[in-house]
This record gives sequence, C-alpha cells and structure tokens, in this order.
Amino acid sequence: MSRLILKRLGLGVFTLWLVSVLVFAGTQVLPGDVASAILGQNATPEALDVLRRDLGLNDPLVLRYVTWLKGFATGDLGNSLASGQPVSELIGSRLMNTLMLAAYAAVISVPLAVVLGILVAVFRGSIFDRVMNVLALACVALPEYFLGLLLVLWFSVQLGWLPALADTYPGMGLGEWIKATTLPALTLVLVTMAQMMRMTRTALLGVMDQSYVETAWLKGLRAPRVVLRHALPNAAAPIVNVVAFNIAYLITGVVLVEAVFNYNGLGRFMVDAVAKRDLPLVQASALAFAAAFVLLNMIADIAAIALNPRLRHPR
Amino acid sequence: MRKPTFTAWIGLAILAAYLVILIAGPHLAPFGQEDIIGSPFGDPEPGHPLGFDQNGRDMLSRLLYGGQMSIGVSLAAVLISFAVGIPMGFMAAIRGGWFDTILSRLVDTIMCVPVLISALVVLQALGSSLPVLVLTIALLDSTRVFRLSRVLAQGVGALEFAEVARLRGEGNWWLIRKEILPNVASPLVAEFGLRFCFTFLFVAGLSFLGLGVQPPFADWGGMVKDNQQAIVYGLYAPLYPAAAIAILTVGVNLVVDWMLAGRSAPQGDNR
Repeated sequence: MSRLILKRLGLGVFTLWLVSVLVFAGTQVLPGDVASAILGQNATPEALDVLRRDLGLNDPLVLRYVTWLKGFATGDLGNSLASGQPVSELIGSRLMNTLMLAAYAAVISVPLAVVLGILVAVFRGSIFDRVMNVLALACVALPEYFLGLLLVLWFSVQLGWLPALADTYPGMGLGEWIKATTLPALTLVLVTMAQMMRMTRTALLGVMDQSYVETAWLKGLRAPRVVLRHALPNAAAPIVNVVAFNIAYLITGVVLVEAVFNYNGLGRFMVDAVAKRDLPLVQASALAFAAAFVLLNMIADIAAIALNPRLRHPR
Repeated sequence: MRKPTFTAWIGLAILAAYLVILIAGPHLAPFGQEDIIGSPFGDPEPGHPLGFDQNGRDMLSRLLYGGQMSIGVSLAAVLISFAVGIPMGFMAAIRGGWFDTILSRLVDTIMCVPVLISALVVLQALGSSLPVLVLTIALLDSTRVFRLSRVLAQGVGALEFAEVARLRGEGNWWLIRKEILPNVASPLVAEFGLRFCFTFLFVAGLSFLGLGVQPPFADWGGMVKDNQQAIVYGLYAPLYPAAAIAILTVGVNLVVDWMLAGRSAPQGDNR
C-alpha cells in the first residue's frame, strides 16, 4: 500500500510541474504582447524594445520559464502591471480569504451530504428518497448566481437576517465573519452537496446489494450496524473521490460566488486581473488555483487507497 | 429507447420552447434590445410584462434577444468540441501508439487545471471576443469529448466484427463510419446533452463575470450581472435571466436522465 501511495505522490508532483508548464505556455506563448499591453497603443518601438529587454521577453523561452519558476520557488512572483505592487503581497491575503470561504462551505456540506446520502440509501424508494432526489437534481442544474440571488432575496432582503454583501476586513471577529460569509458559504453548500449525496447513495446501494450484506441482515444484525460497519467501509473509496472532486470544485465555484457577494477573495481578484490583462497576477492566481486543485485530487486518491479494505489488509 | 416518462415530456417541452427562442427570438421581441423606453428597473406595465432593466429597456425583449446569443454561442462551442474531440478520440483508439500516447497525456494535463481557470488564462492573453470565446471553450471542452470517444471506440474496436473488418483491409475512415459510430451513437448523444448543459452554464458564468459575451449584445449571464443590484431592493429583475438559464439546464437534465436511464452515470459527473 505504501508503494502505491508513494507512486501517487510522485505522480502528483509531476502533475504540478506539468501544470506550471501549461500555465506558463498559456500566458507566454499565446499571441498578445505584454510590453504593448503595459505601455498602451501609442508607445514608440524604442520604448517597447527597452521594456521587453527589462522584462526579459527577448530571452529564449526555456530560460524565461526557468527564471519564472525560480522566482515562484523563492516567493518572488513579480509585480502587478496595473498597480506595480508585488504580486505575492496582493495574492496572499486573498488566497487565505478564498480558502477560508471554501473551508467554511466544506465543513457544512461534506458531513451533511454523506449523512443524507446514507439516509436516502437506507430508505430507498420512500417519499423522503424521492423528494431528496428531485431537490438534488434541481441544485445540480441551478447556476451559483441564481441560488445566490435567491438566498439574498429571502435571507437579507425579505427576512433581513444576513447581509447581502460579504464585506470582510482584517481583524474582524469570528462572529461577524461568520455572519458576513454565511450566505456565500450556503450557496456553495447547495451547489456541491447534491452530487456528493447522490454518489454516496449510489455507492452504498451498490454494496448493499451484495451477498455479504445480506448475510449480515440474516444474522439478525440491526440496520445501523449493517450499514455503518459492513456496507459503508466498502463504499468509502468512491465517496471519498466524489467528496474530493466537489471540494476541488469549490475552489473554482468560489469564483462565481465571490462575484455574486462581492467577497474579497482570489477568484474575484483574478477576474479583475483578467479584465485588466494583468499578466503576472493572472499567472500567479492561475497557478494557485491549479495547484490547490491538483493537491486536493492527490489527497483524495491517497485517502481512497488508504481506505480501501482490500489494500489495507493484503493477503 | 424506452418511451418518454412524464418528466422526460416536461424536459422535451422545455427544449422545444427554447428552440423557438433560439431560432426566432429577436423576431418575437416586441422591442429592440437597445431601445430605452422606460425608467430603470421600472415595474411591469401593460405591454411590458416583465418590467424594465437597469437602463430602462424592455426585459422581455432583452431576454428574447439574449437567448439567441446565449444558446447560440454554447451550441456553436459544443458542436466544435465534438467535431474536434470525436475524430481525435476515434483516431487515438484505432491507431494507438505514439499518436494515442501524446494526445492522451496532453489531454490529461489540460484536464488537471480547472476549465474556468484555463479559460481565464486564455482570455487574459487574447482578450474576450466572440470567436475567441467560442473557440476557447470548444477546445477546452473537446478534451472531455476526446476521452469519452476514445474509451468508447476502444471498447468497440476490441470486438470481433471490428477485428474482422480490419483484417478484411478496410480503412480507418470506413471503420469509424460503419463499425464504431453506429455502436457508440447513443452515449455520445447523451454526452452532447450534458456537455451542452455544462457549456451553457459556463458561457453564462463567464458573461456573468463580465468576461464572456460583451455589450451591446444582450445575453443571459451578462443580464444577471447588469441587473444584480436590483435584488437588494427586492426587485426580481436579475432573477428573470437567471431563471431562463436554470430552466434550460433543468430541461436538458430531465431529457438526458431519461436517455441514460438504466445506465449508471451520475449527473454533473464532469462539470
């Protein structure tokens, strides 16, 4: 088992490197001149040339990539084209904000989805099962901003319980922070929960139909023990996978939700940077998002390996 | 294919209605998409059943114009992604070897990065215009189509009748057309529905972020963004375009659910 895990770790590191190449290629090889983007349309050719030399744009591609990657490893991400501030300063706190919002949503949505998934699997075919199924389908199909706007309409405009905009500032108390971020977090919970619940149901039902579970029933065991002790461990791997997939989805779903609630996170920041065509900011944000995505997938795979009873107890 | 269920009929009816909007939307609109004829966020009145948008334009007319743009762009992107992804996937499955290895590794790498992030990187480099938007989304999406069609074609290619055809000396094109395509058509059609759903939401999402379809064209995602502030005053303005988006995705999901019934593919598996 440890060999499998080591292999997956190696693959994860390799993927991270490939992704860095891809992000670099996407920003550097595609047409679109950074120098003229900085200086504007009216720049003289001489000024463009000087700037290109300063930015190292005349160096060979591989050299530029190595310099860029070295800068990344040492925390020097260059300066924003729009404001001139160091990218690492601009991105750090916003990445934290985004991760905190995603974590807030995940802490609610994962346990809720798994418990509900187990319940609908146990009561399969009941009214409860069918109602949850329809609700899940609705949540999968509805876009984030639609759910977000509905929540704003109900909870902040009509009931006045929570603020419509997620204003956060450094040093605010935990209570206030929770009040400000509950609506965006709730939106993310609704969007991600449905799929996790359905997958839990499917995986558990697949195991419940096997003969060893029937044996457990026939032994006269009670339902909680049959489901939790006998069936669930064998359904764990696909559940962990879909949970991780949805947490990874949170990382990008957060971009839209941040725009709805005007939350000061990396997603909204990256969108602004794209609109301003601020290359260093976009590069760094893209790499941060992609790295989070790759890391989460890797953790999920490793957890799935570790949770697989057949690999845990080799014959 | 089994008979449409009740929910499938609802889905089909929704799709039919949106097809009408796609084809004839602007002709049905009572006013132009740029005509300012009321007060900003004006209430519904006779002749303007949904009221006015943030600039005082007729909401219903904007919705009808925007539908053609939103659906048209997504449909174009999905068609291109299938036109690219299917032949590539089939060729990779039939030829194997270095062709397959290189394409598959490339696709794996691209799929390691969330689609939204890749799209943002490309839009940063090229700026947002309609052709860039459609092609970017189509190419990013074709990775998913490639994967599916490669797996499907590999499944069929391993069967005996395909082996026989190959031994008979038939060319690749003949194999694809006569042996593979007929056998993988139904999962591909279902995939088309799901991919359309995804792309449609994606285009709307980009427009909502201000990076998709650009003004002066009306489109549903952009309309949600433009009218968003009205929700704070308890007005429904941004909910109309958002609901238009949501209803179409529900409709497609209902139809795909019916087509996939009995097969175990969870919804939204590859959003």
